[in-house]
Amino acid sequence: MLIIDCPYCGPRPEPEFAHGGQAHVARPADPSQATDQEWLEFLYLRHNTRGVFAERWRHARGCGRFFNALRDTTTDHFLATYRAGEKPPVLPAGGAR
Amino acid sequence: MSALRTAAGGRIDRTQRLTFTFDGRRYQGFAGDTLASALLANGVHLMGRSFKYHRPRGVLGAGAEEPNALVTVNRDIARHTPNLRATQVELYDGLVAESQHRWPSLTFDVGAINNLLSPFLPAGFYNKTFMWPRSAWHKVWEPPIRAAAGLGVAPTLPDPDRYAQQFAHCDVLVVGAGPAGLAAALAAATAGARVILCDEQAEMGGSLLSERDATIDGQPAAAWADATLARLAAMKRVRLLPRTTAFGYFPHNNIGLSERITEHLAQPSPSAPRERMWQVRAHEVVIATGAIERPLLFPGNDLPGVMLASAARTYLNRYGVRVGTRAVIAAGSDSAFAAAVDLAAAGIQIAAIADVRAPNAVDGPGLAAARAAGLPIRSSATVLAATGKLRIAAVKLGSVASNGNVSPTETLACDVLLMSGGFTPSVHLHSQSRGKLAFNEELGAFVPAATAERSRSVGSCRGINGLAASLEDGAVAGAAAATATGHAATAPRFVASALDAGIDGVPGALPQLAAAIPPAKAFVDFQNDVTTRDLALARREGFESIEHIKRYTTTGMATDQGKTSGLNALGFVAAESDRRIGEVGLTTYRMPYTPVTFGAFAGFARGDQFDPVRKTPSHDWTVARGGVFEDVGMWKRTRFFPLGREDMHAAVDRECLGVRNSVGMFDASTLGKIEVVGKDAAEFLNRFYVNNWSSLAPGRSRYGILLRDDGFVYDDGVIGRLAADRFHVTTTTGGAARVFGMMEDYIQTEWTDLSVWITSTTEQWSVVAVQGPRARDVLTKLVTGIDLSPTALPHMAIAHGEICGIPLMLFRVSFSGELGFEVNVPADYGTLVWEAIHDAGQEFGITPYGTEAMHVLRAEKGYIIVGQDTDGTMTPDDAAVAWAIGKTKPDFIGKRGLERPALKAAGRKQLVGLQTVDPKVVLEEGAQVVVTANQPVPYVMIGYVTSSYHSAALGRSIALAAVADGRARMGEILYVAMPGGDIPVKIVSPVFYDPQGARINV
Amino acid sequence: MSKLKRHPPHIDRRDWLAPLPAATRFSFRGSSEAAAAASRALGVELSQVACRAHVAGERAALWLGPDEQLLIGAESEAATLRDSLTVALGDIPHSLVDISHRQVAFVVHGAHAEWLLQSGCPLDLELSHFPVGMCTRTVFLKAEIVLWRTAPDTFRLEVWRSFAEYVTSLLAEAAIELSA
Ligand SMILES: [Zn+2]
Repeated sequence: MLIIDCPYCGPRPEPEFAHGGQAHVARPADPSQATDQEWLEFLYLRHNTRGVFAERWRHARGCGRFFNALRDTTTDHFLATYRAGEKPPVLPAGGAR
Repeated sequence: MSALRTAAGGRIDRTQRLTFTFDGRRYQGFAGDTLASALLANGVHLMGRSFKYHRPRGVLGAGAEEPNALVTVNRDIARHTPNLRATQVELYDGLVAESQHRWPSLTFDVGAINNLLSPFLPAGFYNKTFMWPRSAWHKVWEPPIRAAAGLGVAPTLPDPDRYAQQFAHCDVLVVGAGPAGLAAALAAATAGARVILCDEQAEMGGSLLSERDATIDGQPAAAWADATLARLAAMKRVRLLPRTTAFGYFPHNNIGLSERITEHLAQPSPSAPRERMWQVRAHEVVIATGAIERPLLFPGNDLPGVMLASAARTYLNRYGVRVGTRAVIAAGSDSAFAAAVDLAAAGIQIAAIADVRAPNAVDGPGLAAARAAGLPIRSSATVLAATGKLRIAAVKLGSVASNGNVSPTETLACDVLLMSGGFTPSVHLHSQSRGKLAFNEELGAFVPAATAERSRSVGSCRGINGLAASLEDGAVAGAAAATATGHAATAPRFVASALDAGIDGVPGALPQLAAAIPPAKAFVDFQNDVTTRDLALARREGFESIEHIKRYTTTGMATDQGKTSGLNALGFVAAESDRRIGEVGLTTYRMPYTPVTFGAFAGFARGDQFDPVRKTPSHDWTVARGGVFEDVGMWKRTRFFPLGREDMHAAVDRECLGVRNSVGMFDASTLGKIEVVGKDAAEFLNRFYVNNWSSLAPGRSRYGILLRDDGFVYDDGVIGRLAADRFHVTTTTGGAARVFGMMEDYIQTEWTDLSVWITSTTEQWSVVAVQGPRARDVLTKLVTGIDLSPTALPHMAIAHGEICGIPLMLFRVSFSGELGFEVNVPADYGTLVWEAIHDAGQEFGITPYGTEAMHVLRAEKGYIIVGQDTDGTMTPDDAAVAWAIGKTKPDFIGKRGLERPALKAAGRKQLVGLQTVDPKVVLEEGAQVVVTANQPVPYVMIGYVTSSYHSAALGRSIALAAVADGRARMGEILYVAMPGGDIPVKIVSPVFYDPQGARINV
Repeated sequence: MSKLKRHPPHIDRRDWLAPLPAATRFSFRGSSEAAAAASRALGVELSQVACRAHVAGERAALWLGPDEQLLIGAESEAATLRDSLTVALGDIPHSLVDISHRQVAFVVHGAHAEWLLQSGCPLDLELSHFPVGMCTRTVFLKAEIVLWRTAPDTFRLEVWRSFAEYVTSLLAEAAIELSA
C-alpha cells in the first residue's frame, strides 16, 4: 500500500486514490482537426517508462481532486506530486527518496 | 519428571504441569515449553518423516527455521492446523499434536521405501519420468504422487474462528526483540517516539533467553530483558506485540504482521479472534531479526538427534531440557564452544568437540572456556558420517591434513550430534523491501547493503558479532530512527559480556565431501529432501544459475524457504563450479517469512462482510414476501417475486403480463444519479453526452448516450432538466461511480472554462417505477400537486409535487414500453412510498416485478442494456441508437472517434432482433450466429446473441444479437450454432412489441 | 418540507456507538467567493484549511475538497437553510444539492473509538495526527466514509445509507474482543 502525497490533503494511503494513467496527455482543443494518426496517438499510445514517470492520480475517496505525480516505476517511490494544470517540478539531480 | 529436565533454571514454570499427546501418546511438560522442548524433555527426537524419502527426522532447530518437526495440532474436526513447526507450538494443557507424512506410524512408515529407492528418485525425476504420455500424468502418476506427498492435511470444514485486522502507525517499528531490537526500541521510545516492537516468539528477549552466563549492565541477560521489557511496557506510546511475525515488507514502509492471539491457549475465549493481521505504517523500520545457525553437510546429517548447537543450548538454558546424554559437537564456529560448555555444566557428557578449523585458526574466549572445562577438543576434525536408525548412535570422525586430505580417525558413540556451521543473517525483510544484499567474504554470508526503504538492519541480521556489539548497534540505530522522526535521541550505552559465536562458518560441504566425485549424500534442504548429490546432478546437467538449480532441485522452495539450507546450497554449488559464493548469486526472498493463515489474510472479509451488501428501500418488504434477489455490483436487486410454488419462468411470465395488461411496480433505486449544477451545466452535458441538451426545456428529459473518446458506448440513462442550470442525470447501476469519476476528470482537467459542479445523489432518492396501462390510475390516488394528464405531463416530462404528503419528483418515463412513471422521493421515505403504491395498486392488481421481468419488457421493446447488448466496442450506430446524436454539435466525447475509418467501415456488427424459426426455442446468450448450418469446424462466426428471453406477451422467444451487417440482412435465415444442432433464426427488427410506441403515449 | 417522520436506515445503539438523528445536509460546491457567502448565510465559517470542520450550534461545515463542503444542520432547518443559502449565494457560481437522505450519521465514542476505527480505516487516527476538528472523506475497508473527530474520544461518521450496515457490522465485529 503506497503513501501518496495529495497536493491538497497531504500524505494519504493508496486505497483512497484512483490511478489515472499517463499525465500531460492533452485532449486536442479541436478534435475535428486531428488526423487519424494524431487521434490514434491521443487515444492509445502511452509510454511504458522505466524510471521517472508522470502520471495522474485522483484522490477519489478524499478531496476528489485529480493531480499529477512523478513516480519512479522501478522503486514505486514518489518524487513529487503537483496540481493538475501545473508543470512537473524539476527534480534535484539524483532524485529523492 | 524426566531425567532430561534440569532441576531449575530457564523460562519454564515448573509449578504448572501440562499434559499433552503426540501421536496418541500422553506426555507431560511445563508452562513455557514448546511442543518441541516438551517432547525432547521426554526423550523424543523423532518428530516427523521427510517429504520425499520419508526418512525419520528429528528436531533440528529451536525456532522459525525448523525444517523437520512439522506437526498438525488438532483442536477439533474444524480446527486442525497442519505444518506447524513444533519449535513454535506453545504447549497448553490438553494439546493434541500429530506427526505428518507417515503411514501407518512414525516409527514404521511404509513410504520409507522411497528411501531405498532414492537412487532412482534424483532431482528432476518427476520432470523426466512423468513427461510422457501427457494423458497418463493426470490419471496414472499424479494421484499416487499427490497422495504420497503433501505436507499435512487441510481441514475440510469452514474455519469456525474469527480473524481480526488492524491498521497501525508508528514512528519506529522494531522487528525482533533480541538484544539489538530491545536496545533499538529502548533508544527510540525513551526519546518519545511512537514505537511498535514485535517478535515472533511467545516471550520477547530472543537470544538473551538462551544465555547462561551472559550479563548486561551487571544483570543476567534474561533479567535485563525482563527489566527492559517492563520499562517499554510502561511507556504510553509503545506497543509490544509478542507472538507476532513480521512476515512481509511492502512498499513505503508498510509491514504486514501476523499476530497469534489464542493459539497458545487451552480454552480460548470465544470473543477473542484467533489471529490478527496488522498493517503497520512505520516512518522508520529497525530490522533486528537475528541470524540462524547452519547445519553441516555430511552423510546422516538428517538423523534424529542431529541438531544445531545453538538449538541445544536454547533447549537447555531456556527450557531446562537436556537434548541427550552424550554429545559430539561438530564445530565450524565458536557457537560450538558455548553450547559444549553449557551442556557439560548441565551434566551432558561431551564425547568430543570436532572442530573442522585448523588449530591456529581458533582462538578466543569460547575455546578458553572449553579448555578450562576440560572438554575434549579435536582440531582439524571433520564428521565423516553419522549413523543410527531412528536416532543417531555414533559419529565417524576424520582428520583433515594440511593438504586437504581426509583420513578416518575414530568412531564415537553418542545420542546427539550438535552442528555449528556458522550463522546466516536473516536478511529476509531487508531483501523483501528491495534492499540490496552484498556477500561479505569475512563472514561468508550475505548481509544488507543499500536500503530501498527507510529501514535499518541491526545486530546479527547484518552480521554484527557478539552481544555487546549488537546492543550498541541496536541502540545507535534506534536513536537514529527516532531522531529521523523528530524525536532527538541519544543511544544508550550498555556493558555486556557473553561467550559469542564468532564469525567463522562452513558454508557448503565439509572438506571430504567437496573432494569426492560424486559427492557423498548429505542433506542440504531437509524439508524438500534435497541432497548434495541432487545439486551436483543439476550442475552436471548444465544448470549454472542458482535460480535454475533451485527450481530443478527444489532446494529452498519448501515452507521454510531454505532458512537453514540456502547458504549451504550456494556454498556447495560454488565449490562444485569453482566460483565464489558471491558470484553464484542469491535467489529472491519472498514473503511470507513463515506461513500465514488464509484466515489472517481474510480478516473480517468473510460471509456477509466480504463486501458491502447494498440494500434498496424495498428490501425488507421483498424478503418478507419471499422475493428472490440477484447481485448487481454490491447491490441486492429483486430478481423476481415468486407466488406460491412458481419457478422463475412462471413468475417472470406473470410479472411481464401484469405490467402489459394492467400495472407493475419496480424498485429502480439503484440507478446511478448525478446532479449537474452550474450556469454551464447544459454546455457541459453537450460536450459530455452525444445528445443536444441546450434544446431540452426545463421540466423535460431525454435518453442520453455517453461514449468514450474512442467512439464506443460507455453508459446511458435518462437525463432530466430540473432548471436552466440544474440537470438530474441517471446512469446504469454499475456505471454510477465511473461516470461520476469521468465527469470530474473532464471538469477538472479538460474543460476548466466551465462553471459546473456535480454531486452524487444516487442514494438521496428512492425510485419506484410504476409501469403499465393503469399506472396513472394508481398514482392519481396518491399524488397531489401534479396534473398527471397526458397533456399536462406527456412522455418524458418531469414534475414536482407530493405523494402521501412527501416531496415528489416525478418522471414520466418508460423502460417497459408501457405508460410509465418513475416516482422519486427522498430515500428515508422510500419504504413508506413503496408500500403506499403497492396498497393503492391493489384494485388494479398491481404486480411487483423484478430485474428479470424488467429485462424481458425492455428486450421486447429493443431497448439496450449497456454492458449486455454492448461490449465496449460498439458505436451508437452499431447499437441502433445513433438517432440520439446531436448532429450539429461541434464536439462531444467520442465524436472524433466515430470518424475513424474502422468505425464507419462496412461489416460492423449491428444490433438486430432474432426470431427462432421454432418459437419455443430460447437461444443461449453468448451463442454464435453463423450463415449456414453444419459448417466444417471452425465455423465462420458473424455475430452473437446478446439477450434472449421467452416473451409471454408475444407467446414466443425473442432475442437480440450483434450481427455483421445485421440491418442489411432483415428477413434472412441464419443459424445459431449449438452443440446439439444449429438453430435456424430469422433476422428481424429489434423492436418486437408495439413498434409504433402507441402504448407509451397515452 | 414534509411533516412526516423520516425513517433513516436503522442502526443499533451500542456502548461505543450512537446513531444520530436525521439531519439536513447539503453538498456545497463553489469558489471561495461562494464559500464566503455561504459562511454568512450558515453562520459558520467554511474552512479554507483542508480537512477541517467548523461548528456553530447545530450547524457545521466540513471541508471535503478545495471546492466542496458538507453542510449539516438540524432536520427542522431544511427549508430555512436552503432559502437562506440560496438568497445569500444569489448569482455567485456555485452548486447546492440536498443530500439529507443520501447518508446516515452515527458517532463512535469512548476509550476504544480510535482502536475500533483503525480496524478498517488506514489513516493515522492518533490524536496528534488526526486532531479534534479534523474531517475527511476516507475509506473504512470497502466503504467510503466521512470521518470527523468531534472530541478526543468521539468520531462522527457520515456513511452513504446502503453502506451503513456494512460499516457498523464490521465495527461490531472488531468490538467483540473488547467485551471479553
Ligand atoms: Zn486530497
